[in-house]
Amino acid sequence: MQTIDMASTELRQLNSTLQAQSTKTDDAEWVIENTRGAHALAVGLDAPIKVTVKGSTGYYCAGMNKRADIYVTGSVGPGVAENMISGSVTVDGDASQYAGATGHGGLLNIRGNASSRCGISMKGIDIVVHGNVGHMSAFMAQSGNLVILGDAGDALGDSLYEARLFVRGKVKSLGADCIEKEMRPEHLEFLADILKRAGADAKPEEFKRYGSARKLYNFNVDHADEY
Amino acid sequence: MDKTPQTLPRQNWTFSNEINSEIRRAAATGIYDIRGGGAKRRVPHFDDLLFLGASISRYPLEGYREKCETSVTLGTRFAKKPIELKIPITIAGMSFGALSAHAKEALGRGATAAGTSTTTGDGGMTDEERGHSEKLVYQYLPSRYGMNPDDLRRADAIEVVVGQGAKPGGGGMLLGQKITERVAKMRNLPIGIDQRSACRHPDWTGPDDLEIKILEIREITNWEKPIYIKIGGARPYYDTALAVKAGADVVVLDGMQGGTAATQDVFIEHVGQPTLACIRPAVKALQDLGMHRKVQLVVSGGIRGGADVAKALALGADAVAIGTAALIALGDNDPRWEDEYQKLGTTTGAYDDWHEGRDPAGITTQDPELMKRLDPVAAGRRLRNYLAVMTLECQTLARACGKSHVHNLEPEDLCALTMEAAAMAGVPLAGTNWIPGQSGF
Repeated sequence: MQTIDMASTELRQLNSTLQAQSTKTDDAEWVIENTRGAHALAVGLDAPIKVTVKGSTGYYCAGMNKRADIYVTGSVGPGVAENMISGSVTVDGDASQYAGATGHGGLLNIRGNASSRCGISMKGIDIVVHGNVGHMSAFMAQSGNLVILGDAGDALGDSLYEARLFVRGKVKSLGADCIEKEMRPEHLEFLADILKRAGADAKPEEFKRYGSARKLYNFNVDHADEY
Repeated sequence: MDKTPQTLPRQNWTFSNEINSEIRRAAATGIYDIRGGGAKRRVPHFDDLLFLGASISRYPLEGYREKCETSVTLGTRFAKKPIELKIPITIAGMSFGALSAHAKEALGRGATAAGTSTTTGDGGMTDEERGHSEKLVYQYLPSRYGMNPDDLRRADAIEVVVGQGAKPGGGGMLLGQKITERVAKMRNLPIGIDQRSACRHPDWTGPDDLEIKILEIREITNWEKPIYIKIGGARPYYDTALAVKAGADVVVLDGMQGGTAATQDVFIEHVGQPTLACIRPAVKALQDLGMHRKVQLVVSGGIRGGADVAKALALGADAVAIGTAALIALGDNDPRWEDEYQKLGTTTGAYDDWHEGRDPAGITTQDPELMKRLDPVAAGRRLRNYLAVMTLECQTLARACGKSHVHNLEPEDLCALTMEAAAMAGVPLAGTNWIPGQSGF
């Protein structure tokens, strides 16, 4: 295991070191200390390594991650795991705005709460939030799954495409074109799997599923009052 | 008895036939008009400026003999690997999806042969485009369709798109009829649905956030790639200053004549400023910050020939970008397709329903049969020729002003034919030393 102390390491050095790791790396486990809320920590990684970030981070922690498993012991600023391709990002604390924005794949596991626009424009990523999410979460979400164990704020799933939303708690309001949908066996099966992977203490039967009514998929002037 | 003389039927200027036709269309459909291209209205433009040329106090360079350089380097501020271009004319961002794969290939071929760059658009990077473009700028757009770190790293520069001249403050829409299986897959959306491109980025909201976003992109790409910020012609002074503050290597400034694949006509014609009005405020912002020529300025929106290039450079730009003109060079709106334009209810030069995917020229379409009409090799050659002519024209004008490099052109070389152009370009009205807004009459 390698340890990088951000009190004495430049951001560029940290990221270039982690980005240089490959599939065959011998240094498969890394610990980053004294993060002091730095932005763009552990971004653009592309190797099956494990990175533990001790403390809290600023913007875009784990941005565009591929294959790495990144674990943050504190909270994260805006845009954690933005545009993630694969791998996983786990946050012990809370996440600020746009968590998992535009993510294409992998698992973002937030053990605390997530702020507004969690999962905005998500494109295949799976996101599990153990607490609540803020307003406009899953805005224009294209594909993937957003699983919320707590409550969701206003306008959940506004202008949703094909992403699936699962909420255990209350939903303050649904956004344009987002509706509650039938929970079928394959959804319960999916939930059982992802809840297990996320280490979440919840039962699939406790959730409701939301998705797109698909009424706004093609422009129709008769629907102009819906947004 | 003689008939009483009649006045000719008088058309109403306010309610012209063109306006009335739009009222009737709106009344019949209940939907606003969507189209491609940029502003069609007459606005003050480069045609309203003239070069003074050499005289007793300025001596010219010999045409065909004395050298007039045209090279430009973009991204010298922070990037480890700036882009070096042979000519100061680049190809603006246009998406695969809006354009056919053949058209994108032709743009790459033409630009590469001319020694310049081309640019992706909303929809990601295709292998054809990367393969045929020696220098490729990868757009980082609000939709993030197809965005991934591998393509970021195989790009030569990255252009963060904040705005677009045709629609500052607007997003985009690729209508369902152009969403083929390949386009849909690249954008991660179902086939055949209208694809919204968001009007603002999903994970930052202002210049302070943008600065951090740029830091992230630089960290992912090892600080190698020049980072451009593209802005529409809204508030060019402040937007340029904020782009510099956010860490841009290059500012791309797109005036209202700049094209779009599909936007509401009301947006295209009524939002944003003419290109001519945007350049001097942007240059002033760079000068006020001590960054002119350190952060390069690329101007686009209605660039049609070497004279436009030379005038944009004289006003302080480092390079220009062309979009609509490049499509015309490929074969867009060509008279050879007039019969088919007529069938679509339009005519050569006016065809702008690019969003419908029925382009007779095979450029703004995903229809396999129409696409075949564009030979990417021949079209690329036409684009190369056109870029060569623009460059020669620009050099001709620069030599006439005694400049050994096109970047040595300056506002002092220009005068304006109208008060509006004089005010916007900050050069004297022809025959006077009067610059409206700057000096007394």
